[in-house]
Amino acid sequence: MSNSNEIHVKLYCSLYRIRRVEEEVARVYPTDKIKSPVHLSIGQEAVAVGVCEALQLDDVVFGTYRSHASYLAKGGDLNQMIAELYGKATGCAKGKGGSMHLIDLAHNVMGTSAVVGTTIANSIGYAYGLKYQRKNAIVVSFFGDGATDEGVWHESMNFAALKGLPILFICENNHYAIHTHQRERQPLDNICDRARTYGMPTERIEDNDILTIYAKTKEAVQSLRGGKSGPIFLECITYRWKEHVGPNEDYHLGYRTQEEAEPWIQNDQVKKLGTMIDTSLRQQIESEIEAEIKSAFEFAEISPFPEVSELFTNLFKETAMVFR
Amino acid sequence: MNLKSTPTSVTDASTNDDNYLNERSRVLSYVEAVCEATDQEMAKDPNVIVFGLDVDDPKAIQGTTRGLLEKYGEERVFGTPLSEDAMTGAAIGMALAGLRPIHVHIRMDFLMLAMNQLINVAAKSHYMYGGQVSLPMVVRSMIGKSWGQGAQHSQGLYSFFMHVPGLKVVAPTTPYDAKGCLVAAIRDDNPVIYVEHRILHFQKGYVPEQIYTVAEGKARIAIAGNDVTLVGISYMQIECLRAQKYLEDIGIHAEVIDPIWLSPLDIETIATSVRKTGKICVVDNGWTTCGAGSEIIIQVLERLQGEREVKFQRLGFTAVTCPTTPSLEDCYYPNGRTIAASVYDLVKGDRQDWMPQEREDLKDIEFKGPF
Repeated sequence: MSNSNEIHVKLYCSLYRIRRVEEEVARVYPTDKIKSPVHLSIGQEAVAVGVCEALQLDDVVFGTYRSHASYLAKGGDLNQMIAELYGKATGCAKGKGGSMHLIDLAHNVMGTSAVVGTTIANSIGYAYGLKYQRKNAIVVSFFGDGATDEGVWHESMNFAALKGLPILFICENNHYAIHTHQRERQPLDNICDRARTYGMPTERIEDNDILTIYAKTKEAVQSLRGGKSGPIFLECITYRWKEHVGPNEDYHLGYRTQEEAEPWIQNDQVKKLGTMIDTSLRQQIESEIEAEIKSAFEFAEISPFPEVSELFTNLFKETAMVFR
Repeated sequence: MNLKSTPTSVTDASTNDDNYLNERSRVLSYVEAVCEATDQEMAKDPNVIVFGLDVDDPKAIQGTTRGLLEKYGEERVFGTPLSEDAMTGAAIGMALAGLRPIHVHIRMDFLMLAMNQLINVAAKSHYMYGGQVSLPMVVRSMIGKSWGQGAQHSQGLYSFFMHVPGLKVVAPTTPYDAKGCLVAAIRDDNPVIYVEHRILHFQKGYVPEQIYTVAEGKARIAIAGNDVTLVGISYMQIECLRAQKYLEDIGIHAEVIDPIWLSPLDIETIATSVRKTGKICVVDNGWTTCGAGSEIIIQVLERLQGEREVKFQRLGFTAVTCPTTPSLEDCYYPNGRTIAASVYDLVKGDRQDWMPQEREDLKDIEFKGPF
């Protein structure tokens, strides 16, 4: 690691791993072994990785249905994730959640939702809990530009600012809510302005640059930790390379062009970080990750499906009505 | 007659703790019972917090949160912005973080603003995440009635929540149950929709000082009888108790059952009664279509088919929007007399056009308005 910056190495490991995991998901997808709608983060990994590498283990992350990247970036277990996509009993939700409901409590990946905007409200409640419990941890709430259309986004910004909650809002603005551009949904391109109106510092990071995202997050986290200030809002402009859901490209649909995507693809953060690391070290990292991914897919393949009895478990938690 | 909400018989099988009506019981209102349950649980467990519109204001949600702010401070007792959706989501987040939030809504109608979080997240999370997380949270809300409550302050929408696996629903009708069910709901590690009724707030009854639970799984036989089973949900339990008196006057002995917990439902107690009476009338505090009454009756029929012929009847709100003027509102709701008339027809087997004369002692005397 002598000639490589330690941070660059960490970021590259995570970026490369997520990219390759999702490429494998896309490769396997036509076999129909993954019976779960996958919303790939390919092209957007820099946001999840840049943010999560600046966090501690006890910091808590809430995500969206497009959360493979944030799950893995926060340390979520790869074997359990792939097994979950395969619907296996060894999955992170025992095969009951699928790609859109990844969770890993050991790494404080607190859950994701298929309904846009939903986890934003959960994340402010969690942040309220951390503040009340005088914890040192913070919450990061990931959501897309589409979520800022939702009423719950406004309600959540308001409450978080009102209570000064230790939460970092990360708007992953990839411009599109499924196939509808932000300009067709919002009169002004001013998500940060709207967040700021509720009384929180905001910043927009334009170019998907992972080092900037990492640095800005680091700064924000320091400011938030220990309930010193909060909330903080970062809008990270990024770009989704694949279709909204599924493993393919979708330029043929006509709602966006290959030309629009080209600068983002040229600015691929995985490639960029790769060039910043010694070749031999990079090759070593890559081969280790390839082996890990291969092993994770094998783990999913050989894992059993849940027993039928599992259908009936976990509807309610058994509660002991003890007198505390 | 004073329609005390005290259980009518100490032999009721429904008590989870058998020490009620002991020397340490006092007469409390439903409001006081709710407040006491909250207070006692907050005193025991610092993770219990209460929030919602106006919980900290001078009226303290009809008094149900009175004194809590002063005692526990504004971190544990706070009013919120008018953001039912996000605040419900926040309650879920707090529960994930280890708190036991009680989210209060002064009308059940307002829960419609919170449905995404309640149905898509609260009900689902434990299952959807393979049992790894749990959401100990209570959602309190009140159904309104009379004095112009009208279309958007009067809806009893608990059947919406009964429909969804993963939620528990409770609608206590007595101060005793109000306290015991709220304690049980707070201690439950799952989301509980706790349904109050504004008119039930005026009920008085014996409530033990000590903490106890009225847990799920046991309906209460409020009055025993052999001729017909009469199930009243939420406030309609009071009207069923009145109907029982009218019917008793003419020699028909109705067994009046209070389901208390609507989800999970204690259908066995009700089915056992119907096995005896062969007739069931469920009076819903809501519309009958796809309602709790429909559910109760079909579950009874499923159990008794092939064993016992059953006559059945649903009553509930007239299938229109609740009007405000008293002249129409009076016709909109079932009451003791109209329930008695329907049950009389059920018992006799066809329409009798009988309606009891109103008894002075069975008039609605608790509430004079204004709200």
